[in-house]
Amino acid sequence: MLVEIQNLRIQFPTPNGLSDAVRNVSLTLRQEKLGIVGESGSGKSLTARSILRLLPSYAITTADTLTFDGIDVLRANEATLRAIRGTRAGLILQDPKYSLNPVMTAGAQIAEAWRVHRGGSRKQAEQAAIDLLAQVRIRDPARVARAYPHELSGGMGQRVMIAMMLAPDPELLIADEPTSALDATVQAEILRLIEDLVSRRGMGLILISHDLPLVAHFCDRVAVMYAGRIVEELAASELIRARHPYTRGLLDCLPTLSHKQARLAVIQRDPSWLET
Amino acid sequence: MIDVAALGVRFGETEAVKDVSFQVARGESFGLVGESGSGKSTVLRVMSGLHGDWTGRITIEGEVTAPRRSKDFHRRVQMVFQDPYGSLHPRQTVDRLLSEPLLVHRMDNIERRIMRSLNEVSLPALVRFRYPHQLSGGQRQRVAIARALMAEPDVLLLDEPTSALDVSVQAEVLNLLSDLQQARGLTYVLVSHNLAVVAHLCDRIGVMQGGELVELLSSDDLRAGRTKHLHTAALRELSIELEEPEANP
Repeated sequence: MLVEIQNLRIQFPTPNGLSDAVRNVSLTLRQEKLGIVGESGSGKSLTARSILRLLPSYAITTADTLTFDGIDVLRANEATLRAIRGTRAGLILQDPKYSLNPVMTAGAQIAEAWRVHRGGSRKQAEQAAIDLLAQVRIRDPARVARAYPHELSGGMGQRVMIAMMLAPDPELLIADEPTSALDATVQAEILRLIEDLVSRRGMGLILISHDLPLVAHFCDRVAVMYAGRIVEELAASELIRARHPYTRGLLDCLPTLSHKQARLAVIQRDPSWLET
Repeated sequence: MIDVAALGVRFGETEAVKDVSFQVARGESFGLVGESGSGKSTVLRVMSGLHGDWTGRITIEGEVTAPRRSKDFHRRVQMVFQDPYGSLHPRQTVDRLLSEPLLVHRMDNIERRIMRSLNEVSLPALVRFRYPHQLSGGQRQRVAIARALMAEPDVLLLDEPTSALDVSVQAEVLNLLSDLQQARGLTYVLVSHNLAVVAHLCDRIGVMQGGELVELLSSDDLRAGRTKHLHTAALRELSIELEEPEANP
């Protein structure tokens, strides 16, 4: 088991006492593709980040079990965590504009990631960076390696991010809304690329998004989160038979090309969804 | 009502928009779709007067638009931007944001107009004295729409109005836009990369690629797959493939 989460709870202090951001969440992940879907504030990013203990210091995290490959993340020391973060588990964030260093070339950033995790000479690292850029299907990797982030398009920047995450050969990839800043065509290309790399390298993938059909398309399993809880977990192929009204609502509120609707369905939120 | 003829825009060496022509009737919704960099947002920015350096001819309600536009033009044509986090002044309350266009255009009954417009975009009255950072993304986009409507425009230019929002909030904002159009008889020009969103709101659609308008078609033709240009067909296929959950093997 790559990741095992039992009864995860994440709380934040507020003027009115502790507030639950994530409650009673249990998840397991093998070498497979898991999608976590929910709206802003549903706790999907917090859940994924808790696996790397990347939450703000004032967050209070408790869980019966929270392990990465058998390592107890909650009780591990910083050195153990550093050996996981980046090396064994990579994180891809939404907007490459803010995640890349603007004053380093793309190649230098990938080479740096490669050397930190693997050692080796500067020359080897440079060559590895170009290889990695070729692996994320950049047509002219040598040219892109010399380019600065502002010279790259959004899709290209995201490929550079993915190349950097792949450098240490991780076992788990967490992609947090990796394509929300991109247009539909590039979005599909990037997700196909991630899917392909994950399958070929036998990695585990956690894909976080608010677009349920899109996630279902690229994942094996989908967990739907609402207000900090998992309301439904199902195989991606079973999505059409989703039972929870919130999951149905997420599917029905999307405009589609295949059939015309005069008005879009709006999710009617039921307070009973908050009872666990 | 809107007539764009042979519009061209250059940024240095690159031709961002090449010979783009289309017409939009009063009360109609026209959509522009295309990938990033296809020039669709540039067309919208030229129409709104945000970008001054262009060639061609744009007529809006019989008035040929010159590089320097009249104050009345800026009242009649309003724009809503993609990012509700970036398009509202962070240090102005909603009350101030909404009264600004009224002061600029010397309109009366500020109090009544603000209350009416908050009601129109289904925001509670207590939002009035909040700052943008105290609102959710969907609420902010509603404020941006309310602000655009304050000056009682005829034309609303919408640049990716829902792509920064959650899908559930997107549905609410799209419904709001349809209701407002019916109630006020507005003319919309909507730019988006999301084919389903454009087809939902617009009757006619222009497809852009590399600065050119490669196809003009009705949304019914798009749904039915009666496309002429390869790029339109490719965009349509991708959109249909990704929206069908059962298509997963």
